Amino acid sequence: MLRRLLRRVSGTTVFMWLIGIAMLVVVVWGVYATLSSGRYKASDWIDLTVYGIAQGSVYALIALGYTLVYGILRMINFAHSEVFMSGPFIGYFVAMALSQSGFFNRQPFVSLIIVLLVAMTVSTTIAVLLERIAYRPLRRAPRLVPLITAIGASYFLQYTFLGLFGSGIKGYPEVAQLKGYWPFPGTSSGILRTQAVVIVSAFVMLAILYVFVQRTKTGKAMQAVSEDKDAAALMGIDVDRIIVITFVVGGALAGAAGVLYALLFKQVKFDMGFLPGIKAFTAAVLGGIGNVNGAMLGSLFLGISESLFPNLVLDGLGLPAPYQLKDALAFIMLVAVLIFRPTGILGERLAVKKA
Amino acid sequence: MAILSAHHVTKRFGGLLAVSQFDVEIQENSIHSIIGPNGAGKTTFFNCITGFYRHEEGSILFKGEPLDGLSPDRITRQGIARTYQNIRLFQNMTVIENVLVGGHVHLRTGVFGAVARTRGVMAEEAKALEEARHTLRFVGLAGRGDYMAVNLPYGDQRRLEIGRALQTRPALLLLDEPAAGMNPSETEDLMAFVRRLRDELGLTILLIEHQMRVVMGISEVVTVLDYGEKIAEGTPAQIQRDTKVIEAYLGRRATA
Amino acid sequence: MNARTRSDWMAPVKSGLMGGLIALLIAMVGLVEVSVKRPILTADGRILLSVGQLLLLLPIILMCYKAVQVFAAGCEKVTDRLGLLATGALSGFFASLVLAALVLLGRVINLRTVFIRASPDLFNTLTFGLGLGGGSVVLLLFGALLGGLVAAITLLPDRIRRPLVLGLALVPLAAILTSALFAGRGFSVPVALLVGVVAAALTFAWRQTQPKLQDRVAALSPSGQRTYQVFRWLLPVAIVLALPRLGAYPSEVLVNVGLFVLMGLGLNIVVGFAGLLDLGYVAFYALGAYAMAVLTSPEMTWHGIHLTFWQALPFAVLASTSAGIILGIPVLGMRGDYLAIVTLGFGEIIRLVFLSDWLKPFLGGSNGITRIPKAVVGSIALDNSPKLYYLILAGCVVAAFVAIRLKDSRLGRAWMAMREDEDVAQAMGIDLIKTKLLAFATGATFSGLSGAIFASKLTSIYPHSFHVLVSINVLGVIIVGGMGSIPGVVVGALALVGLPELLREFAEFRLLMYGAALVFMMLTRPEGLVPEARRKLELHEADGEV
Repeated sequence: MLRRLLRRVSGTTVFMWLIGIAMLVVVVWGVYATLSSGRYKASDWIDLTVYGIAQGSVYALIALGYTLVYGILRMINFAHSEVFMSGPFIGYFVAMALSQSGFFNRQPFVSLIIVLLVAMTVSTTIAVLLERIAYRPLRRAPRLVPLITAIGASYFLQYTFLGLFGSGIKGYPEVAQLKGYWPFPGTSSGILRTQAVVIVSAFVMLAILYVFVQRTKTGKAMQAVSEDKDAAALMGIDVDRIIVITFVVGGALAGAAGVLYALLFKQVKFDMGFLPGIKAFTAAVLGGIGNVNGAMLGSLFLGISESLFPNLVLDGLGLPAPYQLKDALAFIMLVAVLIFRPTGILGERLAVKKA
Repeated sequence: MAILSAHHVTKRFGGLLAVSQFDVEIQENSIHSIIGPNGAGKTTFFNCITGFYRHEEGSILFKGEPLDGLSPDRITRQGIARTYQNIRLFQNMTVIENVLVGGHVHLRTGVFGAVARTRGVMAEEAKALEEARHTLRFVGLAGRGDYMAVNLPYGDQRRLEIGRALQTRPALLLLDEPAAGMNPSETEDLMAFVRRLRDELGLTILLIEHQMRVVMGISEVVTVLDYGEKIAEGTPAQIQRDTKVIEAYLGRRATA
Repeated sequence: MNARTRSDWMAPVKSGLMGGLIALLIAMVGLVEVSVKRPILTADGRILLSVGQLLLLLPIILMCYKAVQVFAAGCEKVTDRLGLLATGALSGFFASLVLAALVLLGRVINLRTVFIRASPDLFNTLTFGLGLGGGSVVLLLFGALLGGLVAAITLLPDRIRRPLVLGLALVPLAAILTSALFAGRGFSVPVALLVGVVAAALTFAWRQTQPKLQDRVAALSPSGQRTYQVFRWLLPVAIVLALPRLGAYPSEVLVNVGLFVLMGLGLNIVVGFAGLLDLGYVAFYALGAYAMAVLTSPEMTWHGIHLTFWQALPFAVLASTSAGIILGIPVLGMRGDYLAIVTLGFGEIIRLVFLSDWLKPFLGGSNGITRIPKAVVGSIALDNSPKLYYLILAGCVVAAFVAIRLKDSRLGRAWMAMREDEDVAQAMGIDLIKTKLLAFATGATFSGLSGAIFASKLTSIYPHSFHVLVSINVLGVIIVGGMGSIPGVVVGALALVGLPELLREFAEFRLLMYGAALVFMMLTRPEGLVPEARRKLELHEADGEV
């Protein structure tokens, strides 16, 4: 009996489970140590969680771009982080022009909507161009080829923006109405106004997308194509058109995410896409890549844990300056998810391999 | 003696029963065919044997030892080799390299040996190459060794795939529709070739085939699958008379 | 004469506009601005043609060529010479039209508030310094002329065309190299003509004699052939050994190229042979460098060990190899594209951990580790680039040797099989995890070696030297060179690391060019500049039997 068990369980499996257990122990120990030290008040945790939700809702908008494209093309659109970056970047110039004319101060919300629309248009254009020029010719190529192309396109776009517009950090003009807090009634904590605006707008857009994918004819066609491209084509669905629409939707959401991100962190820069991009991808994987609901859930989960983790776990372990390892957490979660549950939280099993 | 025996093998895909409570015994040194309409679960069963799928129930014994749960490479090392329905060669490797990959498990060379190229390593390589050439001659591809596999004509690709499988030195060879896409004279050659595999190399052959001429011409035992279940088993003559088979398989086709 | 439809004339217009747009992009990202001072052709100290101008011309020339090719492909034999010339000219005209439009726009509004490179200098370059009106007209005429010239060259017979094109290509290349290596001032017109004519004549002569030479060699006795082979290799080997003689600066460039060749050879095993896209390759480079630094720097006192370069080298390499194995085990079961992202994550984790205050007492945190000693051979300290060159050369030779040996072995075949079809490879009895792990660990070893040398070369290392961009650089090197091809790694490193290092002004555009190169290569030439060659195994049999 033991012999049969040994034949099935390889050394690598054991090794992986050991890593998993070690990680779990570290997390539990850290949480316990932090909570028992009583260093943080309840309001601290609420602030961190709100911050995490704001961050996570931005990730959700980006993650949808990854997940939709992956669902349909089975390809990681590595350049999606640059689609995300390009919108708010051009939006910045529009905002500055509006600000100089004085319109921005008179009508800040109208201006923001204009900036948002410009950013969505730019990101969509970049996404569609990417698909047309770089990905479409490679649709039948071996898997690694489009991935390498996407990596190349990502760096090309990043450094083209650097060359065109310079390396300086660009800040959006301040909106007076968005400064300060809205307190939660009955508590000592509150929510930053920008955070509230970001969370609400993100959720509105997510809701619109959800309805689009689930209810409209085009959305259903997208689902069909992601299920089986060839069968969908036989059913009379124009696969090329659906793929373009997927990039349009992903691009528009990424552009919007970019503006919200810029509001939250008050800066745009040519390399601002890399980290949110990879984190959003992590979130998409976390939720089960190809799964729209999963991407939203995974993003919120990642946003919140990223915000809580340094204080909750690392602080308890006595690490100096734990916030430095905040970004490492996203990567560790990515690695851990892919190792232990590659299908993600809500992921359906990836199509059974055919012999 | 049975070289391979399957007991109550069941494989599901979601709600679909691809193979259901399947029992079969493959006698050593026999040519055994599995037939059945498209989607009857034949290739799925092959994938269960070779470890590519894991069956949920039942067990498969090879030479008395269970194969269940072993990874495909370990199963190959036990002495089972296969070909594929839609030829799967290493297309951008040369013909002889394809065969040499088949010999992989019988070579020892590791990283250090490969770099140092000791006398032992060189001898092993030379021997492997000689055996690969021998295999190429056996499958009728002598002189084509340096062609890219992708550039071979269709029939030769089939032969190469068999050659590559032979190089793993199997006791049991699984052929998945080897006659697909062949014209009558090529099919004739193939049948002779399969018999040679059994007679000259002493292999046991398990065959999935749609061409009845091949099945009835060379098999000693035929098992019929329909909707994942075994509906008949026997000699070709028995199968041809079996009413259940005619009804489920030939009959349905005749009425269609 | 063929009747040409309207669509026939749309094609050259389209390619012309495309060429113009690419030139426009090149101008606007600043590639032109930084390189207009780098001369190619000069007369009396004035620059006639600069690298910046050449960069603008190249896309236009290429797109004109494409238009002409399309036109020529439309008919069996090119009888319509005039049409061909017109196609080229049209294409060139529309390309320069894009640039002229930019110049006009730049006069009307101040582009510079948004596009930081839209400087008056740029417009001056575009209008040949002739002002707006005259300059635009000249620009348009020049474009048309250039397109026509491209078309005219394609009409020449093959025998003349090839040497001519080669001569034309070699002159700027030689001028740029001499200007970069020896701070030269480009070629004057007579020198350029001389170089061009000599290059063309040599090509012409070589093409005439080469087939005869091959016959002669084939006719030699076996021992004669062996001697021929020896002599054939002697010259390149001598050149490679003599390269540091070029001076300190070229040696410095070569050392950097060498580091990338070393890393490229390692990644080539992982990506090129085994088909595993590893974007966290920099992690092993970092580990090798940090292991070397921690073990040798007198700053690192917490462990009480102080080794010399050579004593520490095996440990540094071993650290990378073991890290390769430990990191490899959990990730190698994943599918290809996930693997890429996870390894990218690993690379970042390692860098962030090195950077954090957490390990600062042991690894120096953001201050890095300094005072790493140089390598010493006998009584010679390898303290400058010409000396270090030989150290790296030795490393590269060893790595190339290992890579070649591995490629033509049981393991190399297993890697290739896995790259081609993982499922079938497994069905052939190949243990996937083990085989992948061997590729991963071998790659990590080379990377670690490279990192260790890097640490001792710079004598100080900081976490930011190990950004994920390094992985992308190395990936670019092997993609451009040709996946799986060992000479390709060298060519790729020379092109992607050597050239931008020589032409310092392009340093900030390196990643732009890498990105463009990755996309361009994948779309047009996925096998790379020097495609992987296949060993002939069965021919030996024929030799043996005869």
